[in-house]
Amino acid sequence: MAADTPTQSPEPASAAEAERPDLTRETWQIGKVHRKVDAMERMRGVARYTDDLKLPGLLHAKILRSPHAHAKIRRIDASAALALPGVFAVVTGQDFKIPYGVIPWTPDENALAVHKVCHVGDGVAAVAAIDEDTANAALRAIVVDYEPLRAFFDPEEALATRDREHTINPYARKGNLSKHVLLEFGDVDAQIAGAELVVEGEYFFEGTTHGAIEPHCALAQVEPNGVLTVWSATQVSHYLHRELAKVLELPPHRIRVIQPPIGGAFGGKSEPFDLEFCVAKLAIKTGRPVKLLYTREEVFYSHRGRHPMKMKYRTGFTADGKITGVDARTILDGGAYSSFGLVTTYYSGQLLCAPYRFPAYRFDSTRAYTNKPACGPKRGHGSVQPRFALEIQLDKAAVALGIDPIELRRRNDIGADVATVNEFRVGSNGFQECLSRVESASGWRARRPTLPFGQGLGVAGSTYISGTNYPIYPNDMPQAAVQICLDRSGRARVFSGANDIGQGSNTMLAVIVSEELGVPLEDVRVLSADTDLCPVDLGAYSSRITLMVGNACLEAAQRLRRRVCRSVAQRWQIPANRVVLAGRMALDREDPARNVSSAQAFQWAEADHGLLGEVGSYNTPKDRHGDYRGGTIGASPAYSFTAHLAEVDVDTETGVVHVKKIWIAHDCGRALSRKIVEGQIEGSTYMGFGEALMEEHLIDPAHRGVHAGPSFLDYRMPTFLDTPELHAMIVEAPDKNGPYGAKEAGEGPLHSSIPAIANAIYDAVGVRLDRIPFSPPRVLAALRERAQLEEQGLVPAHKPDRRPRSAR
Amino acid sequence: MSQSSAILLSLTLNGEPVQVAAPAHWTLLEVLRYKLDLIGSKQGCDKGDCGACTVQIDGLPALACLTLAALADGRSVTTVEALGCGPVVHPLLDAFDRHDAAQCGFCTPGILMAAESLLRRSARPVTRHEAASALAGNLCRCTGYTKILDAVVDASERLRAEHDDGR
Repeated sequence: MAADTPTQSPEPASAAEAERPDLTRETWQIGKVHRKVDAMERMRGVARYTDDLKLPGLLHAKILRSPHAHAKIRRIDASAALALPGVFAVVTGQDFKIPYGVIPWTPDENALAVHKVCHVGDGVAAVAAIDEDTANAALRAIVVDYEPLRAFFDPEEALATRDREHTINPYARKGNLSKHVLLEFGDVDAQIAGAELVVEGEYFFEGTTHGAIEPHCALAQVEPNGVLTVWSATQVSHYLHRELAKVLELPPHRIRVIQPPIGGAFGGKSEPFDLEFCVAKLAIKTGRPVKLLYTREEVFYSHRGRHPMKMKYRTGFTADGKITGVDARTILDGGAYSSFGLVTTYYSGQLLCAPYRFPAYRFDSTRAYTNKPACGPKRGHGSVQPRFALEIQLDKAAVALGIDPIELRRRNDIGADVATVNEFRVGSNGFQECLSRVESASGWRARRPTLPFGQGLGVAGSTYISGTNYPIYPNDMPQAAVQICLDRSGRARVFSGANDIGQGSNTMLAVIVSEELGVPLEDVRVLSADTDLCPVDLGAYSSRITLMVGNACLEAAQRLRRRVCRSVAQRWQIPANRVVLAGRMALDREDPARNVSSAQAFQWAEADHGLLGEVGSYNTPKDRHGDYRGGTIGASPAYSFTAHLAEVDVDTETGVVHVKKIWIAHDCGRALSRKIVEGQIEGSTYMGFGEALMEEHLIDPAHRGVHAGPSFLDYRMPTFLDTPELHAMIVEAPDKNGPYGAKEAGEGPLHSSIPAIANAIYDAVGVRLDRIPFSPPRVLAALRERAQLEEQGLVPAHKPDRRPRSAR
Repeated sequence: MSQSSAILLSLTLNGEPVQVAAPAHWTLLEVLRYKLDLIGSKQGCDKGDCGACTVQIDGLPALACLTLAALADGRSVTTVEALGCGPVVHPLLDAFDRHDAAQCGFCTPGILMAAESLLRRSARPVTRHEAASALAGNLCRCTGYTKILDAVVDASERLRAEHDDGR
């Protein structure tokens, strides 16, 4: 398998090809290039995303949002709004007094503000009206009497305040402290004291946001049988289902959540939002279907994006570049609500302990509430920021010790089948191969010593989880389940609660069913993310779907395959293991001329066994972590590994950093569908590139906490022209816990994209950029600072012999 | 905003004459989505920043969210449905499908409309840079653009070959 993959033809498996299965192959679908099962309907403009759904009698809802960063609500008068023709209902916080939160231990927000608002953009009231214009007019007619309070925009200032009056979150019990985690493994102080080199650095990772092109949207209707149906652009139908039941005080079986095709998410749609509760309540109140589509501005204010983190790192090294200890202190700016913040705080330390071996490690992470839109999970949840700090620390050490940065990383590789310092069990590990692949593809060894001043190469590595070992709410039930039905036409139907958010999980399931049951992808119908029709799944987060839902699907598909093979074998009077299902056929492995169609094989099996339906479940192994408090958070059945190598060109006159190319090698265990994996690697790397150079989610304290630019014009995401050439390379170190060995690919390849660029800038011009984004003013300031130090003789000139003659 | 005045628009929509009444202040995107149920054109930002609503007016890419519907009166408007709903799969769509150029697919209709306009107006296969320049007004947050450029260049080469073959 591995040998033929790098030169795999780009032509996807088609029906014609499916008719001629290659029986010499170990697999007939796994690792191939596929056409996605649902891409064509989306591209043709036929698939209905949430905002494309229409129902008779539809009302449109809008939410009135706070202009204050922190204020008490004295009174809300909606009478004038209700009196407007075409206005059907108004709801306020008084309709949603039960708090919720995606993490069951921190229910600290209400669907609409009850007594106070905690950031500009906090929802205060919602209206349902005959059309959007009338709904907007109604918002203008609502009178809210606010009593402004002192607002906090700096996490450390917020933490320093302990009195009730200045406590931001209405449910907070420890002032503005949202979460504190201090964990220590080994004797860090002794290890660092005994180190031959100690690198100390302070880093700041600015907040960034998801920027999915589809704004959040939800639609609700009370069905004639009393069931409340909510269609939502959510990546976690199950958690939304649970929180709707709680807040609306309805039994879960009276609620149905459907996720239509979704226009991007990246973590930004992974918890309930005000709009889902509002449309549900307004639909109940009015008896009519109600839809709400966020404006782009509202998406920015709803946020839940990457936490700004202020990080202080001390790392000890031996003279030959081995890490002796890592000491990290981190302040997380959480915004007004917890969101996933409890987990983020743990992740800011827990996910750092691979791909390098740490003999000793301590992290001290504190999350503060501030009067800003809440931060939450964004692709690479919680670990992109510390990865940025650590990978620059390693680069600084490599320079100080005169060791090649790739070689330094090789020396610290933790290896396979080992425990990390924080007691996570790592299985397969392809990190060494990742490093080698980017090293040779980029020409690192030959080119790096010769690139002139202004040009540079930088490397970084990372790891990520393939799902979390424990669900968000504790329970003993499976983490994933899939139901498959075969019918006599030769078709397979797959029912899965998993949310396809564009990452291709529906296709992943079809590939597995196709592999096991021999029917081509176009004969597999995947029905997903409908809580009435599909088994419970926990949703699209923490890169869990391929491993967990894939395993559940594989179990169900293999059960069906055994039944089908038995029935065929019986009729041919051969052993069942001679029957191969491939190419829309059942074949005799030793005599392929003997074959029948899949439809015939399924009919034989249905005659023998009754209707062909099976379920499969997956639960995580429970031996993957330590038994200390918090030791389960960040533990995963399998870990992916990535190496990034960036090539930059820095314009020393303007400070503009031009990233020319990024080579990425990612160990995904096994690529189930080749182009989908490449697409995840490219998309992740692009997103990291954007954070490194362009993106800033800024709340402006000088303007009372408004967003500095809540639009795609001001929040600058890379365009076609900005994005560098991305060279994605798949590395396969199969993990015994993954289906066919597969691990994640959707989030890991973001992490090291950012520090690789930072390290390349250093290689190019000799300056360290320890805060993102690497904007021209920051680059220029760093260049000037370095020039002054060079003039004073405090540091040697960078690449003196490789500068243009005029600049020497 | 006043909802009092409505206008009657006459346009050629995906090759067919269409008359539609709409509030005078509506954008072309609102008319397409709300009045005509042509939901292939998407609303991502409603202020001309993302390109998800890109359609063609008289064959050139235009942002439907920034085009007052009244301005489309008497003109020829093409939406992704024209490209996507024919009896034969358009080579551009086919290339997008083969190269996995759409992940969530939300930006794809707009990108297809911009790309189709580029390919139709180009006398030779386009380069990656030409494609990137023509599509720079369309944001995609999923793909990192790589596979979209693969698909556009591939389709461009195939369309050109078909054209040269006289097909």
